Amino acid sequence: MSRTMTGARMVIEALRDQGVDTVFGYPGGAVLPIYDEIFQQNDIKHILVRHEQGAVHMAEGYARSTGKPGVVLVTSGPGATNAVTGLTDALLDSIPLVVLSGQVPTFLIGTDGFQEADTVGITRPCTKHNWLVKETDDLSATIHKAFHVATSGRPGPVLVDIPKDVQFATGEYVGPKQIDTPSYQPAKKGDLEAITRLVELMEKAERPILYTGGGVINSGPAAAQLLRELADATGFPLTSTLMGLGAYPASGKNWIGMLGMHGLYEANMAMHDCDLMIAVGARFDDRITGRVKDFSPGSVKVQIDIDSSSINKVIHVDLPIVGDVGHVLEDMLKIWKARGRKTNAEGVRKWWTQIEQWKAVKCLTYRNSDKVIKPQHALERLQALTAHRKDRYITTEVGQHQMWAAQFLHFEDPNRWMTSGGLGTMGYGLPASIGVQVAHPEALVVNVAGEASWLMNMQEMGTAVQFRAPVKQFILNNERLGMVRQWQQLLHGERYSQSWSESLPDFVKLAEAFGCKGRLVSDPAELDDAIQEMLDYDGPFILDVMVEKHENCFPMIPSGKPHNEMILGEASTEDAITGVGGALV
Amino acid sequence: MAALKIEKGASSHSAYDLRDPNAQTIESHTLAVLVDNEAGVLARVIGLFSGRGFNIDSLTVAEVDHLGHRSRITIVTRGTPAVIEQIKAQLGRIIPVHEVHDLTVEGPSVERELGLFKVSGKGDKRVEALRIAEIFRANVVDSTLESFVFEMTGTPEKLDAFAELMRPLGLSDLARTGVAALARGA
Ligand SMILES: Cc1ncc(C[n+]2csc(CCOP(=O)(O)OP(=O)(O)O)c2C)c(N)n1
Ligand SMILES: [Mg+2]
Repeated sequence: MSRTMTGARMVIEALRDQGVDTVFGYPGGAVLPIYDEIFQQNDIKHILVRHEQGAVHMAEGYARSTGKPGVVLVTSGPGATNAVTGLTDALLDSIPLVVLSGQVPTFLIGTDGFQEADTVGITRPCTKHNWLVKETDDLSATIHKAFHVATSGRPGPVLVDIPKDVQFATGEYVGPKQIDTPSYQPAKKGDLEAITRLVELMEKAERPILYTGGGVINSGPAAAQLLRELADATGFPLTSTLMGLGAYPASGKNWIGMLGMHGLYEANMAMHDCDLMIAVGARFDDRITGRVKDFSPGSVKVQIDIDSSSINKVIHVDLPIVGDVGHVLEDMLKIWKARGRKTNAEGVRKWWTQIEQWKAVKCLTYRNSDKVIKPQHALERLQALTAHRKDRYITTEVGQHQMWAAQFLHFEDPNRWMTSGGLGTMGYGLPASIGVQVAHPEALVVNVAGEASWLMNMQEMGTAVQFRAPVKQFILNNERLGMVRQWQQLLHGERYSQSWSESLPDFVKLAEAFGCKGRLVSDPAELDDAIQEMLDYDGPFILDVMVEKHENCFPMIPSGKPHNEMILGEASTEDAITGVGGALV
Repeated sequence: MAALKIEKGASSHSAYDLRDPNAQTIESHTLAVLVDNEAGVLARVIGLFSGRGFNIDSLTVAEVDHLGHRSRITIVTRGTPAVIEQIKAQLGRIIPVHEVHDLTVEGPSVERELGLFKVSGKGDKRVEALRIAEIFRANVVDSTLESFVFEMTGTPEKLDAFAELMRPLGLSDLARTGVAALARGA
């Protein structure tokens, strides 16, 4: 059955056929025909944002917490350019997004028309792929292709640029099943011979480690389940990148914590000293490896990744396995079981003894105070007061608070932790929290924020209020660009150039101005009460937690240093430290 | 900071390790990339090179299958073996790219380039230019009393050699197509 309709109607039809329930967007001249269609239907909910960057981060939050692609609609010119930061963020963190942008009519393209920008040109390097649709007849197929590309293989953001005359004109609608995308069918299964070699290595390894990343979460819940089975059955220690938190539960017995620049001492030491490293959906980012030359010098490295360009990009791996993490883990387990479930139990036991010694350093130790709220303490209390909520979702902004959140909050399930890892985008957390809340209306969604980052997209508080998204804004307010201040203290001779947060707004009044609720807390004795009030309040809430201004985030691997040259901070001065750790300070 | 034992001016003051850890010998490779001939595909390929700091020494593009709308892009690039591998993997990731072949490692291949050489001069130099052109089997495709345009097809090295010889004889303009290449054999 062929169906003739306008391009604008096709957009709605295609979104509906793709199972889209929510679009984050902002109208303008070049998308008015599409907005007219949105007005005349009820299947797809439109969330009106306050800035297009907010729309993209909301769609990221929606996508990361559901596993479904996030959808964004923006107008031409400034609408599209405002989306660029979000697209880049999604590209670096492999988040599936479909962004639809309006464009000036085809006959005006290239004339510097009003609100014309070369959107496909500008977004080419920050999308996985993009299209300019010049014929209405091609529109529905292009949108279906866009969903296919965004969600298959290594996920990522895509953009479809739709000129206004293409929206007005009529053409033939085709459904998702009628299109083929032969040129893009990424392989899912890993090479069985390579997987068998990996199993052989697993059977012999004395000091194995599973180094897992966001790829496990992107692969879907089945992959996280298989990872748990694998770790528990083999008894191998497991660490994760910032992006992969929650794939293996923080309460699991094999969990040794996050690794990387602000990762745990035991995780980084284990990475350095292991003899078999199995990278599962992790890409050896420079925040993970430290000095490449000295990265885990004695290990055999195996990497499982769906994107072959992630392999050997930074670190040479001995055994690459290209495939979807879930499929490869399934085959790995199958082969390992069929060969008799062997591990080098004696070696692994000794390895754990060593790891326990590193753990005893207690690298997250900090000096608490009863005069001023320590940011670490604030997060420990947030953890304690929310741990019982299985439906707790956390987003963050970027800075020290982000790293402390990763260290002090515990994640038991995948898709519960949304943070800007690859791009490190200040201003991500507030809109992302709204996107998560829209997808999970009943859940508890907390954005752990720094005061500076939070200001970058604070206009989205209006969106939260309008759509009754009861997001909790947990601002660790140190009146500093804390992470910048820390680097200046440690690496730039304590010259604090422009790292003060001056003329901050009164966050409580700001909350009131937006029509929600706020509270300021600075006394450690009142902290629990304030957190509880935030959690109990039935609506968006801003909690302005005044914290110690000069706290540093430790442990820390200074960039360009190897893993075993971590700085430990407070732990180094505590009694807990033994000979092993002492030498490392 | 004393605790960090970082010397002033060390590159570890940067957020990144600024030294290339895998610096090795530079190699030249000829890549054949088969793509859908759609708008912007060349920009995607070029953008990959410029955006990631890879080199392009030569580039040729044309549609080779008009019915299937496939184009063949031939790229001569330079880099360490690790960089070349990364370039190929990155090219393979572009959605309209169907195949990436490294003709330099996939067995013997033939490489040809076409050049047009304008040589202006009179008297002995003009005679000498014509004589060398014959040795190189270059064709005269335009001539005036004071100039020739020679056309020559060959390996890039042969074109280089011809240009070198023509330079003292009045080479005044030069256009080259870049390399087209195919694997040898069936
Ligand atoms: C858009 C953007 N601009 C600049 C930076 C660099 N940067 C990283 S952390 C940081 C300070 C963040 O301050 P705040 O949000 O208060 O968090 P804190 O570190 O104090 O916890 C800055 C400026 C960034 N990551 N993103
Ligand atoms: Mg701050």
